[in-house]
Amino acid sequence: MTAPLLALDGVTVGYGLLPVLHDVSLQIRSGEIVCLIGANGAGKTTTMMTICGRPRVSHGQVVFDGTDISQHPTHEIARLGICQSPEGRRIFARMTVMENLQMGAIVANTPDGFESDLARVFALFPRLADRSNQRGGTLSGGEQQMLAIARALMGRPKLLLLDEPSLGLAPLVVKQIFEAIKELNAQGLTVFLVEQNAFYALKLANRGYVMVNGRITMTGTGDELLASEHVREAYLDGATGPEEEVSIS
Amino acid sequence: MRLADSGKTLGKKLSSALGDSLLAAIVAFALFSLVLGLRTVDSATGLTLEPRPALLATVVAIVFVGRLALNLFVWQTDYPLTRPFAKLFTSEPFETRDAVTLALAFVLGALGVAAGFLFTETLYGLIGALVLAFIGIGLLRRATVRTFPNLPYTQVFVAGGILFALFFPIVSYALESTFNLGLPLRYWFDLSILILTYVMLGWGLNIVVGLAGLLDLGYVAFYAVGAYTFALLATHFGLGFWICLPIAGAAAALWGIVLGFPVLRLRGDYLAIVTLAFGEIVRIILLNWTEVTGGPNGIAGIPKPTFFGLPFSPFAEGTTFSGFFGIHYDGLHALIFLYYVILVLALMTNLVTLRLRRLPVGRAWEAMREDEIACRSLGINTTVTKLSAFATGAMFGGLAGCFFATRQGFVSPESFTFIESAIILAIVVLGGMGSQLGVAIAAIVMVGGFEALRHTAGLQAIFGEEFDPALYRMLLFGLAMVAIMIWRPRGIVSSRAPTISLGDASAISGDLVRQGR
Ligand SMILES: Nc1ncnc2c1ncn2[C@@H]1O[C@H](COP(=O)(O)OP(=O)(O)OP(=O)(O)O)[C@@H](O)[C@H]1O
Ligand SMILES: [Mg+2]
Repeated sequence: MTAPLLALDGVTVGYGLLPVLHDVSLQIRSGEIVCLIGANGAGKTTTMMTICGRPRVSHGQVVFDGTDISQHPTHEIARLGICQSPEGRRIFARMTVMENLQMGAIVANTPDGFESDLARVFALFPRLADRSNQRGGTLSGGEQQMLAIARALMGRPKLLLLDEPSLGLAPLVVKQIFEAIKELNAQGLTVFLVEQNAFYALKLANRGYVMVNGRITMTGTGDELLASEHVREAYLDGATGPEEEVSIS
Repeated sequence: MRLADSGKTLGKKLSSALGDSLLAAIVAFALFSLVLGLRTVDSATGLTLEPRPALLATVVAIVFVGRLALNLFVWQTDYPLTRPFAKLFTSEPFETRDAVTLALAFVLGALGVAAGFLFTETLYGLIGALVLAFIGIGLLRRATVRTFPNLPYTQVFVAGGILFALFFPIVSYALESTFNLGLPLRYWFDLSILILTYVMLGWGLNIVVGLAGLLDLGYVAFYAVGAYTFALLATHFGLGFWICLPIAGAAAALWGIVLGFPVLRLRGDYLAIVTLAFGEIVRIILLNWTEVTGGPNGIAGIPKPTFFGLPFSPFAEGTTFSGFFGIHYDGLHALIFLYYVILVLALMTNLVTLRLRRLPVGRAWEAMREDEIACRSLGINTTVTKLSAFATGAMFGGLAGCFFATRQGFVSPESFTFIESAIILAIVVLGGMGSQLGVAIAAIVMVGGFEALRHTAGLQAIFGEEFDPALYRMLLFGLAMVAIMIWRPRGIVSSRAPTISLGDASAISGDLVRQGR
């Protein structure tokens, strides 16, 4: 087996003196969709942000593409090819959709590739093409989420980090977004996904990790986790099985 | 909005209007009882207080009656009297009663003007003229918009403004020298140079505050650095304006970076406090480092700029400007030249800003204003971005300072007090953060209006000989700010032109975006 694209190796992280992640290890291999699930406050967002260099790890390593990036500044990590659609979207409210996308393209650093990248994300989210001259802050929540993902994609990432892409969206839009993720992955993009929507996420992911109070407690393929009694109890409302009415095609 | 009022009977309206006006009168009384009601008098026994009940009563009565009138005729009526006047600045069709109101106002205004002429009552004349002008401008605007609905008005306005700025001194000077009209040219040029200096400072600060979103209360420090750099280089090494201009800009930019480093991690209020302190530190150093800066006495004898090496002075050795072109010496030549220097400097500031906005660094400034964390995770080095914003803004401040030094021929710490920073910041905020046009308009309104108040003899004619408009400048200044913030909470020009677009590029209104973002 080849070396993973990204590996967290015994990572311990805290905000100030308060430790949040304890000895977290996880691997993401090239071409995979890996999903991290866990309760509110478990430390999922912190894991994402740690990969991006803020907060900094106090023990352990974050290895991306063979280099330890745990001491790199955030912007250099982004330039290595890790783009994030962060929790809360964080789009640039007063700038237009186009300008937001341009900001995303800074990492890609290919002025000639801008047009084709733009065409690609517009094909993925046609809605954004219609709204391209609108201010980011005036988009609907779902459109903002699409914009956040599109902006991350404009950087031509090797690894795409998605923190709760389904937050606050209608089921239909969630489905659209998950289909988009699947399509991107089919084109060869590696995706690391944090989701509250555990059922969808595990269906989609090749592998998953379960985080409880800053520790990884369980790992396996998406289907294994879906089948696990513990995951079903804790994250899938206990009762319903995976063969529920909806499925991702 | 009418729904809530529709059930109100006349009596209810009247009583609520009276109550509201009474409240306003009480507030006015509380506010003015000390400000206007008492006056300190220098008497033989020391300071004593002289009560002025009559004045206080008049003011409170004005507030009461004014508020009552507003309540009865504007706020609590089905047909607000102000509506036809507001309609002048929209394209809504007029109703008959609108036309009647406007016609009445017009007649009253005309009567006022007539009365002003007949009885030499300046006040009536002035008010009448204002009313007529308001209605006239409104009608003209409506007529123009109706006839040419699709003209790009903003562009026409901007182009007109630039053309005016370009030709105003030459044309007025030519007119004056041919026809001897007795125009106060020296005053006009002085004032327009002052305004342009503030336009440039506003545009410079706009980079830091408007684009990069870094609240800088110490901008005057860079203005001072530029001015003193030139003053010192000129008096110690005999260097001229044109050599020192880039040096002053560079020195200020350097100080911008020096200030930038310690405040890299600060934002908002904390940044404001530190920059405020920085501005004061620079001023206090200038005040106390007497050996170098001359302390409170400042530095005098700063040379004027030359026209490609040709000085403007009649006493200078060698070829002078007038000698070279074989024209009669006129002190105004130097002033006109100064005007064009600052005009070019200001336009350069504007062009550089407009250009930078379209480059990655400018876009990064704006993105940083919106969300610093998102910026970083998109690969932007926010350290460099912040420092570049401080440095660029400071550089323009330094260039303006260099110009200030050469125009005055004298610099002292007194010119670089906090109030300068506050005025420049007010220009940026009132103009509409990030809007170049808005900043220019705000600078003209604030500095020009401010200055006009200093010189208007007309006000004295109205309020009596001992009325000193200069005393009320700050009050009016504050009133103007409050008014702008009430009616245009996002500044005079709140739309922001996108830097890139698919299809039609249209300015995007600020009103649709959440406040405070
Ligand atoms: N900047 C911070 N300073 C201090 N504590 C923080 C900070 N950010 C997060 N925490 C704490 O760290 C813990 C993990 O937070 P994190 O945001 O990673 O949770 P999460 O798993 O993403 O939760 P959610 O599903 O609600 O988004 C929480 O207890 C939170 O209170
Ligand atoms: Mg989270």
